[in-house]
Amino acid sequence: MRAVQTLQCFAFYRLRRPGLAPHRGSGGSTPLNVKKYSAYSLLRNALSHNRNWRAAWRSPEPKKSYDAIVVGGGGHGLATAYYLAKNHGMRNVAVLEKGWIGGGNTGRNTTIVRSNYLWTEAALLYEKSMQLWEGLSQDLNYNVMFSQRGVYNLGHSLQDMRDIERRVNANRLNGIDAEVVGATELAKAIPCLNVSPDSRYPVLGASLQRRGGVARHDAVAWGFARAADALGVDIVEQCAVTGIDVKDGKAVGVQTTRGPIASDRIGVVVAGHAGVLAEMAGLRLPIESHPLQAFVSEPIKPVLDTVVMSGAVHGYISQSDKGELVIGAGIDAYNGYGQRGSFPVIEHAMQAIIELFPMFSRVRMLRLWGGIVDVAPDACPILSKTSVEGLYFNCGWGTGGFKATPGSGWVFAHTMAHDEAHELNAPFSLERFATGALVDEHGAAAVAH
Amino acid sequence: MLLIECPWCGPRAETEFSYGGEAGITRPKDPDALSDAEWAEYLFYRSNPRGAHRELWNHAHGCRRWFGVERDTVSYRITGSFTLNSSTRGERNVPTPSFRAERSGFAESPSDGKAGNTERGD
Repeated sequence: MRAVQTLQCFAFYRLRRPGLAPHRGSGGSTPLNVKKYSAYSLLRNALSHNRNWRAAWRSPEPKKSYDAIVVGGGGHGLATAYYLAKNHGMRNVAVLEKGWIGGGNTGRNTTIVRSNYLWTEAALLYEKSMQLWEGLSQDLNYNVMFSQRGVYNLGHSLQDMRDIERRVNANRLNGIDAEVVGATELAKAIPCLNVSPDSRYPVLGASLQRRGGVARHDAVAWGFARAADALGVDIVEQCAVTGIDVKDGKAVGVQTTRGPIASDRIGVVVAGHAGVLAEMAGLRLPIESHPLQAFVSEPIKPVLDTVVMSGAVHGYISQSDKGELVIGAGIDAYNGYGQRGSFPVIEHAMQAIIELFPMFSRVRMLRLWGGIVDVAPDACPILSKTSVEGLYFNCGWGTGGFKATPGSGWVFAHTMAHDEAHELNAPFSLERFATGALVDEHGAAAVAH
Repeated sequence: MLLIECPWCGPRAETEFSYGGEAGITRPKDPDALSDAEWAEYLFYRSNPRGAHRELWNHAHGCRRWFGVERDTVSYRITGSFTLNSSTRGERNVPTPSFRAERSGFAESPSDGKAGNTERGD
């Protein structure tokens, strides 16, 4: 079944690849009678040379008004729309996307999924997400290729190991699987990892979350888009929001490049540009935007069957199903909206990877990209109502938002539908910056944010 | 890589500097008189503009002095540096060589490494 789903995914990929045949045309505002993907549909379409697959979602003209608008068609925005429709019965919903689905940070990250956060508030939120990941492919009828191959967070000093033990204990108290692994065991599990005591930053051990792993990022965007569309959500691409209309302290609609759209419930899920959108409504956010880079190598034979992260030397790496090494770097220290990062950061990440895996020193990098991430002072997200009634912000995920995609949408949909935070995201309100109740994962998270 | 103009040492590579966030944030004189929201504003809220940004840099691997830089956050183009001493705080601008050349109508030329020495702050 897995192989079938993978094939189906690739067949579909050919259809949706940007720049190929436009997928507009189905038009209309009624949802398509979406055909369920199955082994049978795969076989049937194979017989017609895969020419008759239907577009996975419609490309409707935006209506004049909606019950709810989600600004931003990344993973979090699409998940929000999907759960608004699925859990809260709100089907007259639009997702407004400036570019195209899967073209932003959702399609440009290192795809790591884990929930081993130190603080209870964060751990429960990410664990909710993890539980949704575990059934997501079935739920969406779309193979997101979620692979629970384990995530190792390395420790390089006595203090690192103490922090790891503390975090593992905290995780287990919260019901999250976690274990401490010593260097000998690590060497056995990851033969190409350099655990020599002579290295500059010797590897002393690691924490391991076996349920952690990776997922295929653009499949996550496409899967949520298709599933939301099937429930009646209008996904409007090439539609940038240029203004937010506020009247008497209430949100009443948005101005877009495709005309004004009215709604009294607006959820903004735009990552790096959250501050720009907030300004449109006369708000300020405790967020700064930074470029974050990642890269992939040329494809090589299977060599790494798990995810390795190191906060101390600051690099993280896994191998994709295509064989590319997927490597994440840190953010540039300075503010930026330029969707590109600086060379010293690339060099730094490479040094970290070669330190850990000397055998990768001759692997060539194939592509690199930068995305704009919205970093909050405590490196935790903001999922919150605002001082404008009917305007909600989901931002501040910083460098680690992908893993939270389903959970973020799940709680944010609840917040938008009930005008009240779910207990899972109540600690992540904007008020925490005034009350001082920060969820300070900055120093605590498994990897340096 | 950014070429940052230290007002004392001239243009140097980005790796010599460390970033200090938005410039012009002053600690309130009497924190006890502030509401929680006002204190949060000072601690956590920054303008984070898309465009011109005045920010602090420290020449960590050089003269180790703090100064200000004016930079565009989209193009990353640096248009000048300024010193932070009290008499000229935030006012004195040391335009980068390329910016100066552009202003005076000359084509952009590679820096001679001496620029910045002529208009030192302090």
